Amino acid sequence: MIDGAHRTAPPAFQSLALKVDALTCRRGDHEVFSSLGFSVASGRALFVTGPNGAGKTSLLATLAGLLRPAAGTIEWTGHDPEEPIRELLHHVGHASAVKPALTLAENIAFWRDFYAGEDRSEAALADAGLGELAGYPAAILSAGQTRRLALARLSAVPRPVWLLDEPTASLDAGGEDWVRGLIAAHLEAGGLAVVASHRPAELAGADRAATLALAPSRTR
Amino acid sequence: MSPFASIVRRDLRLAARAGGSILTLVVFFALVATLVPFAVGPERELLRRLGPAIIWIAALLALLITSERLYRDDHEDGSLAAMRLARLPLEVTIAGKLLAHWLTTAVPLMVVTPPLAVLYDLDGATLLRTELTLLIGTPALISYVGIGAAITVALRRGGLIAPVLVLPLTVPTLIFGIAAIRPLLAGTAATALMFLIGFSLIAIVIAPFAAALALRMGAE
Repeated sequence: MIDGAHRTAPPAFQSLALKVDALTCRRGDHEVFSSLGFSVASGRALFVTGPNGAGKTSLLATLAGLLRPAAGTIEWTGHDPEEPIRELLHHVGHASAVKPALTLAENIAFWRDFYAGEDRSEAALADAGLGELAGYPAAILSAGQTRRLALARLSAVPRPVWLLDEPTASLDAGGEDWVRGLIAAHLEAGGLAVVASHRPAELAGADRAATLALAPSRTR
Repeated sequence: MSPFASIVRRDLRLAARAGGSILTLVVFFALVATLVPFAVGPERELLRRLGPAIIWIAALLALLITSERLYRDDHEDGSLAAMRLARLPLEVTIAGKLLAHWLTTAVPLMVVTPPLAVLYDLDGATLLRTELTLLIGTPALISYVGIGAAITVALRRGGLIAPVLVLPLTVPTLIFGIAAIRPLLAGTAATALMFLIGFSLIAIVIAPFAAALALRMGAE
């Protein structure tokens, strides 16, 4: 099967913008990054690069609201003020949020129900190249297939903001193509993405993406 | 399906497929309750007097040892972080997890209590009161377990820390649970039952908030 052959177009998203100013993150006494500033608008992606420990993962977790910034501001504009930004974003970190004891269909259906999304889970699994395995427990999946299942959540429950941490980790060349297509379709639909990656140039067209290089971290 | 129902159903499925964990729990409960008659001897009156208390203590110990698995997997596989991005507040998510945990731990213990009652020569009325107090009291025990597990989830080797933290909290529930079956003073059983209901209601209301706070702080 050709990756992405079953892809369903994501819905057009509302116009959003993210503005980060003087953002500083500390974990204990360790300053992970400081005085970070950038902005991203709908239809655009920001690829975050940097050596291990530079703070890519911490930056994504901070943007998702999972970590509190030590200083600085994160401003989201363009969304309904009644709707918390956490309901508009997907954060796919290194951990897959996949339950090996559940079938692939049950895994994806859980997130669809939990995020109160529309029923796009079958199409999302097919799009990830996992449609034929839907009834099998996720325990049988390889690391790359588990990554695909984790990323299938993105298309199963469309949300305008994607925060992806090394989305192509463990994926083969076909998987990388699939992720590239996924991100491109998301940006085309007016979505916004911040992606931590060691190889940003391979993930998206340069016209829709900018790159932010994080410096090596230091200890205060 | 509502997000709350989806988390309950998912946790019930995971417990059912967890490779005999419910059976292990039930066997542990039955073994603890069975060991005491061997230790104290075959004196019927003594066993009758001790029976409800032993069953309660066995249930308490059994529930305490289940605390480690309550959030650990969700924390390690990234599910907890993803759950924080839903419309459903984390507190309600935890309430759903505690409900599923109660259904898969406390309820099986109540199911196997009648055979143990035979071992202690308990009459029908005492067995009924024991079951009633377990029905009312175990939600409080599960709530305390939920708080302890949330405090220690970020510790890689929490071990016995959660049970040690939780044990003192359970003392009032234990006292009123047993007093509602065999009161120390005549006519105080109804009062003890009221206290037990009160402690359970307070614990059920407080636990999701306390556990959510602990999980958020643990993720920092």
